[in-house]
Amino acid sequence: MTGATPPLLSIRDLRIVFATAAGPARAVDGVTLAVYPGETVGIVGESGSGKSVMALSILRLIRPPGRIEPGSSVTFDGLDLVSCDVTSLRAIRGRRIGMVFQEPMTALNPVFTVGDQIAEVIRVHEPTTNAAAWARAVAMLRAVGVPAAADRARQYPHELSGGTRQRVMLAMALVLRPGLLIADEPTTALDVTVQAQILALLADLQQEMGMAVLLITHDLAIVATVASRVIVMYGGQAVEEAPVEELFAAAHHPYTEGLLRAIPRPDPESGRAGRLAVIPGTVPPATAWPSGCRFHDRCPFAWDRCRDEMPPLYALSATHASRCHLAAEPARRTAPRAGEMAHTEPRS
Amino acid sequence: MIASPTAPLVAARDLSVHFPITHGVFGSPLGWVRAVDGVSFTVSRGETLALVGESGSGKTTTARALLRLIPATSGDVSFDGVDVRALRAAPLRRLRRRMQLVFQDPYSSLNPRRTVGEAVREGLLVHRLADGSAADDRVRNALEEVGLRPDFAHRYPYELSGGQRQRVGIARALVVEPEFLVCDEPVSALDVSVQAQIINLLQDLQRDHHLTYLYIAHDLAVVAQVATRVAVMYFGRIVELAPAAALFHDPLMPYTRALLASVLVPDPMARRAHTVLAGESPSPTAPPPGCAFYPRCPDPRKDAACTTVVPPLEEKAPGRFAACIKEPVRLARIPSHPSPDPQP
Repeated sequence: MTGATPPLLSIRDLRIVFATAAGPARAVDGVTLAVYPGETVGIVGESGSGKSVMALSILRLIRPPGRIEPGSSVTFDGLDLVSCDVTSLRAIRGRRIGMVFQEPMTALNPVFTVGDQIAEVIRVHEPTTNAAAWARAVAMLRAVGVPAAADRARQYPHELSGGTRQRVMLAMALVLRPGLLIADEPTTALDVTVQAQILALLADLQQEMGMAVLLITHDLAIVATVASRVIVMYGGQAVEEAPVEELFAAAHHPYTEGLLRAIPRPDPESGRAGRLAVIPGTVPPATAWPSGCRFHDRCPFAWDRCRDEMPPLYALSATHASRCHLAAEPARRTAPRAGEMAHTEPRS
Repeated sequence: MIASPTAPLVAARDLSVHFPITHGVFGSPLGWVRAVDGVSFTVSRGETLALVGESGSGKTTTARALLRLIPATSGDVSFDGVDVRALRAAPLRRLRRRMQLVFQDPYSSLNPRRTVGEAVREGLLVHRLADGSAADDRVRNALEEVGLRPDFAHRYPYELSGGQRQRVGIARALVVEPEFLVCDEPVSALDVSVQAQIINLLQDLQRDHHLTYLYIAHDLAVVAQVATRVAVMYFGRIVELAPAAALFHDPLMPYTRALLASVLVPDPMARRAHTVLAGESPSPTAPPPGCAFYPRCPDPRKDAACTTVVPPLEEKAPGRFAACIKEPVRLARIPSHPSPDPQP
């Protein structure tokens, strides 16, 4: 994972601020991460954690009142995407970095056939004839598992089911064989059987194309299924980073632990009788992050240091890091987990 | 009014809801979409019957027809022995106090211009249960029951988080002291940590008030957590109905097996090559003949006979119903789960 290969995508100290009536919202506040060729990195977080804003900012898709703060750096294969000119950026977008979003209906243009929309991606980036672009579009639709691809290519987005639309989005994102795919909640709007189809397809295409994937999701089960490395986001920051097996077996950050315990497991005999563990309270707004550790007022272990001093991302091993003072004072973890059983929301 | 405690509180028999497909402004029906097609089930007092299925399977339409929020095309609905479809306006309004609905989206189901207190109070006024300071007391109690401090009554929905809004939605239902609650995907719009809070709350309320739930969900992990029995819907019909433990451990229907196999497990060590079910639900305007699941069915037993008859929902083992002509009847099985259901 680390070794001699340089990362394909490297984000360093990324900060994104939105000017709002309530003051500056620090949606992403100092995130550093790397994606290596061919690997799948999962970014997990709840709404308001900053994960989607971060994904958009990689391709500079943040519009005012949002802006990327000076000092942030996003490097893709040696090119600085924060400062490069628009022409260089366009050569990257869609060609070397593909992107799929949660809601395929809003991302597709309703007045063009899906075949035209895939072919357009090819025509914009490569010298080609219309007929050749169309043929590649149809071939790509076939590759993403759309039956009767030649007929489907002539249809409009509204004529297709949700699952087929998401396959069309994948075809558009992958037709130029990008080195990196950014997928933001790619299966959230889909039924479970279709979700399983799309994730299996994504894994197949990734293997065949040797592509890296940055997968953004709120769903830990998706991360467990597809990711090799996971970054957990909370309050605009990366709070834990680990290989996927280690994160699920030995999470360090109390927020990650809480999330893992809060998931209902599809086994009625472990469920029904017992109560689900909960994380009390709610994610604070980006205009008013708590002092110190942003999780301290929801954390069962928090002590005064957590309120006063923002924890750095402590390295627990070469591959595992946690933004929690428990890394420095592990004895504190024995404190009673008082917060665990609370199910009311103490403050708003 | 009080029926015996073992009698079902709610029963649907052969319930159907068909929507016309029209063309143009004054168009006559070109055909019918059988959104719900001959659905039968009962919900016993104090239990949670989960209605699961993919989008378009008819879960929500079934619930709305049950509450008579939309007219059923045919079939019977009874609530505590009362024929719901035959009721006139006044007795229907009285009955509605006893059956309440919690919506999926706490963002769009609250009026943005009303305070939380006004929203919760509304049911009391509609049903003329209390006014003045008596109503204030009941609003305060309802908010407390759902874990919100009394001062939340003065706030507006935009000031609340998703979880808090959903608590308000539950308080609105609770304030009129219902017996039956239809929860339509009550946690699917919420974050994981908040989801757990709401699931726990619904279970506490059920225990404390002896509530009966019809719980609509597509998330089988949540269903495993809350359900006593589970009804699986596909294409407007119930295709399997069983006690929760039996359904999750030993599903009879190929569709239920596929649905369970598609559920992702939050454990990287359990990563599996999912038995992915090919295809998607058929088009509602062009239903396949016979069993609607036949085109996607991975079961090796399937044959041409499946395309000739619509399989009826039959009791294959005590308390376990399935709609598959290839599934034999084995009435001796699973004695530990006696049927709370009369024959549908």
